Amino acid sequence: MIDFNLTDNDNKILDYIRTEALVARKYARYYDENEAEFPPEALDEADQFPGVWSFMGDRTPEDSGQSVIGMLITMAENWGDYSVRMRKGRGVGLGNAALGASGTEEQRTKWGGLLLSMAITEPGCGSDPSLVQTTAVLDEETDEWILNGEKIFVTTGCRSDGVVLWATLDRSAGRAGIKSFLVEKEAPGFQVSHKEKKLGIRADDTATYVFQDCRIPRGNLLGGKEEIPKAGSGGFRGVMKTFNMTRPLTAAFGLGMSRAALDFAREQLEGSGVDLSYGADTHGLSAAAAKFQRLEALQEAAELTVLHAAYLSDQGEPNNLEACISKAKGGSAVREITQGCIELVGPMGASREHLLEKWFRDVRITDIYEGTGQIQNLIIARTILDYDRTQLK
Amino acid sequence: MISFGPTEEQEVVREAMREFAEQVFREQAREADEQSALPADLLDTVWELGLTSTQLPEAFGGGGEVRSPITNAMILEELAFGDPALAIASTAPSIFAFAINDFGTDEQKQAHLPRFCGEKFAAATVAVAEPSPVFDVLNLQTTAEAKDGGFVLSGTKHFVVLGDQAQQFLVLARNEQAIGGGFAAIDAFIVPRDAEGLTISEIDKNLGMKALPTVTINLDAVQVDADARLGGDAGIDAARLIAQMRTASAALRVGLSRAVMEYAIPYAKDRHAFGEAIAQKQAIAFMLSDMQIEVNSMRWLVWKAAARLESLEDATQAASFAATYSAEQAMKVADNGLQVLGGHGFIREHPVELWYRAARTLTVLDAVAAV
Repeated sequence: MIDFNLTDNDNKILDYIRTEALVARKYARYYDENEAEFPPEALDEADQFPGVWSFMGDRTPEDSGQSVIGMLITMAENWGDYSVRMRKGRGVGLGNAALGASGTEEQRTKWGGLLLSMAITEPGCGSDPSLVQTTAVLDEETDEWILNGEKIFVTTGCRSDGVVLWATLDRSAGRAGIKSFLVEKEAPGFQVSHKEKKLGIRADDTATYVFQDCRIPRGNLLGGKEEIPKAGSGGFRGVMKTFNMTRPLTAAFGLGMSRAALDFAREQLEGSGVDLSYGADTHGLSAAAAKFQRLEALQEAAELTVLHAAYLSDQGEPNNLEACISKAKGGSAVREITQGCIELVGPMGASREHLLEKWFRDVRITDIYEGTGQIQNLIIARTILDYDRTQLK
Repeated sequence: MISFGPTEEQEVVREAMREFAEQVFREQAREADEQSALPADLLDTVWELGLTSTQLPEAFGGGGEVRSPITNAMILEELAFGDPALAIASTAPSIFAFAINDFGTDEQKQAHLPRFCGEKFAAATVAVAEPSPVFDVLNLQTTAEAKDGGFVLSGTKHFVVLGDQAQQFLVLARNEQAIGGGFAAIDAFIVPRDAEGLTISEIDKNLGMKALPTVTINLDAVQVDADARLGGDAGIDAARLIAQMRTASAALRVGLSRAVMEYAIPYAKDRHAFGEAIAQKQAIAFMLSDMQIEVNSMRWLVWKAAARLESLEDATQAASFAATYSAEQAMKVADNGLQVLGGHGFIREHPVELWYRAARTLTVLDAVAAV
């Protein structure tokens, strides 16, 4: 049955997350201005907060599904701040999603407890991973993979315990030769070289990795399949499956922040006497109210595409198309919403006295990482046109 | 629990409506538009589907199914996918009948509902929009003044769908006696076609949805009895009535947008230029993917508003979101759909120019259907 109401259990969790998020928000400006520092593993206030897990025990089949509540939690956390958390979670990195999607049962058990980053992008390859230059060569004598290459823009790259990276077994095989490997930080030849300086999400840990004859055990190839599938047999889709959850998730990051921007704009406008109540037609609204409500509707629409992708995942249904839709919609929505909120409140929105300008900078990455909006559009178009990548490039 | 899963029953209804809309509405849409008239027998044919009666109580001869704005939103999307003009004409009696059912007194239900459960198409409608560029439903210029134990209605309403044949008009007016403004001041009055002082224009000539007859009605001090006020002394929950209509309009826009998208996709794959299908060019392909993104986005906003209506919660905000968002996006989808077809989008051999006109018309009409 179609239902958009949260249960009491859902609300209990989200109310708690929002309470934590507001505490975390107090530190948001500090870590934005001091980007060389990392937010702490736990805030000073953490001993007063039991942690979200203490609220998860009584969930029932009547409550929202795991992916759906996960998206809502993510939005609520990011509504506080993108980077600062009451407690830094374990096992929530993008690499953990990859491990879940591509790892064997044994691998998931073995590494599930680690915080794993995900490394795909290289200096010369972003949206087109068939250009991956990082190589993996099997040393039959020692039963080890030898990795060589450089990975950039690795989210949570400094703090993570390990990484899931894409490397090719054979550059001439294109996408079919690409495999996912799990590399723990202690691996010899694995060097974390520096933290990037960015427009936004400055407190976030974005690293560069260098692999120089880095040796990892043979069993660290996720999924365990060492052979290179024949072209067109869909072997690459295995590594792409990861995105079906991380795409809605990254959209949820951005939408949490754009929701915060809307809340700030609402507070400022209403505090200044602008009537934002619903119900009137356009001519019954002030220009500011009409614009604000348009942005709110956009926020709502984008959130619903995220929840839809998550809902399908909870149902065990394919959601590749819907994941891309949520990412494309979320990515463009958060840009327009945060830009629009600054327009609505004027120069105040551009002042570092308030967090609105920070949200405007922070959300901009949403339409870039995990596949740009254009890449999402490309995949959506191929899907609805029933084209493969040679037919629509 | 957040769920996007329709019930099995809803899936069956959707499928049936999709087929009906494709086979009956789509086939007749062009000719009806050219003739600026509904196809003969169409309304009687659709009446057999029981779109209005199914959710009316058994006591009045209805099907006794639960009133489901979600199911109705799905039906409207599918029907508008066939053709929005024919969809609106076919479901116009529901606007009136659902309002009587949801807000009427027992006497009003008894007096009016049985007619909508009979075998003959029962034409009735609602009159909301007024001929002013600054129209706002919260600031109606049509007024209801208490007089002689009844009310005197004065004002002008336009784009009254099916007004050429409606036997009753549900007229929304500002109650001059109401305390406070906004929704609280909105009342609805049941006005019979032959009421003294009510004049009904010839059928309008419109830009789009030409097959849909609309009229302008003028109320020149029309005197109605007290029992003409919907809901009696208690009046109505006007916010809910308006939300039902806004949600319905939004649902129609989803269907219209989907029609454009599903027509543009095969065309773009078939049409070649510079050695490949135009769909193989990102400039075209991305217009199509945007359509898919927005069709989904619009639909979820509609479902959310309908779900709030279904669980009897305040749906004012959700319905406003669905209506304003779909108005903007449906126009954009139709506009881009025409662009994909190029010159053929401009030719009346293809339905896209019809949808383009329909989109500009439908996206400024918020009170032409109800869920």
